[in-house]
Amino acid sequence: MVFDVQKIRADFPILKRTVNGHPLVYLDNAATSQKPQVVIDAIVDYYSNYNSNIHRGVHTLSQEATDAYETARQKLQKHFNIQHAHEVIFTAGTTHGINLVANGFSEILKKGDEIIVSALEHHSNIVPWQMLCERTGAILKVIPMDVDGTLIFSEYEKLLSEKTKLVFVNHVSNALGTINPIEKIIEKAHEKGAAVLIDGAQACSHIKPDLQKLEVDFYVASAHKMCGPTGVGVLYMKESWGKTLPPYQGGGEMIKEVTFAKTTYADMPHKFEAGTPNICGGIAFGVAIDYLNRISFSAIETYEDSLLAYATEQLSAIEGLTIYGTGAAKTGVVSFNIDGIHPYDIGTIIDKLGIAVRTGHHCAQPIMDFYKIPGTVRASFAFYNTFEEIDVLVAAVIKAKQMLT
Amino acid sequence: MTIEAIQEELIDEFSMFDDWMQRYEYMIDLGKSLPIIDENLKTDDKLIKGCQSKVWLNAELKDDKVVFTADSDAIITKGIIAILIRSFSGQTPEAILSANTDFIDEIGLKEHLSPTRANGLVSMIKQLKLYALAYQTQLKN
Repeated sequence: MVFDVQKIRADFPILKRTVNGHPLVYLDNAATSQKPQVVIDAIVDYYSNYNSNIHRGVHTLSQEATDAYETARQKLQKHFNIQHAHEVIFTAGTTHGINLVANGFSEILKKGDEIIVSALEHHSNIVPWQMLCERTGAILKVIPMDVDGTLIFSEYEKLLSEKTKLVFVNHVSNALGTINPIEKIIEKAHEKGAAVLIDGAQACSHIKPDLQKLEVDFYVASAHKMCGPTGVGVLYMKESWGKTLPPYQGGGEMIKEVTFAKTTYADMPHKFEAGTPNICGGIAFGVAIDYLNRISFSAIETYEDSLLAYATEQLSAIEGLTIYGTGAAKTGVVSFNIDGIHPYDIGTIIDKLGIAVRTGHHCAQPIMDFYKIPGTVRASFAFYNTFEEIDVLVAAVIKAKQMLT
Repeated sequence: MTIEAIQEELIDEFSMFDDWMQRYEYMIDLGKSLPIIDENLKTDDKLIKGCQSKVWLNAELKDDKVVFTADSDAIITKGIIAILIRSFSGQTPEAILSANTDFIDEIGLKEHLSPTRANGLVSMIKQLKLYALAYQTQLKN
């Protein structure tokens, strides 16, 4: 398929709007992606035509909603190449998935056990483990990063031991765009008998991971970064863990039998899906996955890599501009600062010119502390961005620099 | 000069500009031209934590009037601070407590004072008023 970016842009109604009198240039895709019309239509269709609660009705609407929801689960299974559909657990998003696993491990970990996280983590992948360590007496170890924003693998190998029970790493860093070598990270952890959770929130809009090939224990992602709606995500959990881990929340859907004496839990995935789920969100997530696969991830990757290379080259030419995260394996993100200018100021000026970027610490304060900066300006790309939009960004950054110095 | 008169003056000054870019440039200049706070006063207890830019605020009572000094590590924030300081500093606690900040809207900088904007300015205004309240109580006793 020929990659026709103008045709793709026509699928996204929001890209037609203006901001502060300028055509919107949306470069905050690492925060959330925009939604194509097919996803918006799926949401309207659900609430207009078959809104109903799932898994418990004998009536037609309930059956239609249940079928659509379970079809979405199968789409996710196929997309991530997961062996069993019941290993696909719908969540409210990545953070929810991480907390679900962390909570499960609170009954497994003992004092003195060790958990390894990376220095490149988002707060959502640091705080739950700190809380888990406080509850269990386990110890949190951190894989350090190099100045180019890549993890120091030899240090990771030194941290691993028989005491390591869990390793948590993001697939792609949200602040810097670094792609972590998760294959090797998983392999080394498994050699020591440790489980691995990979946070794919930032990766899954750019990369299609093969979870069977990775042999990972847990993998989490959010729909909203993959052209789907907010408030829904996925947790892949290897079948064996589904039997070991206790449920996260109690409620409807997750039980087999209830008496006041004892409740027996349902099997996975329902054991981990208490209460009425985000039915519409799950269905629309499936539609978003279909949409992305129609474009194809190989086309997306190739195109986004060329956008990233162009943006890196053009921004680097601005005097006094520093890019953070310069490792070879990168996707979708240029995080930068200009000497003597606060990132917030640049973000404010270029917003006036219609450009949406993120400024600040990107919920990754440890990374900002490492570079001794208050934050960065982060431009993050999606397959619907254009080379012309990067030109607009570069011109706006130059304008902002003139105004602010 | 009363707070209202100062605010009118600011509105007049900003009305000279046709577009946002000139208004911002003027605001940035106001921020740059003021050595607003002593370096040794930029301590953590003077820090008002916004989400992104840091704002330091100091208050002193001189001749029954509250004198504010402040700074920020972001220049646009600093520009707005300069405008706020010009409007509120050197006034009595009562005048500060009864004043409002609607003039920010009139000079076309409304977006900076949205409560959801992560620049610490809303917290700063709250802090200005808290200082005024504290000094008012002190003067009454």
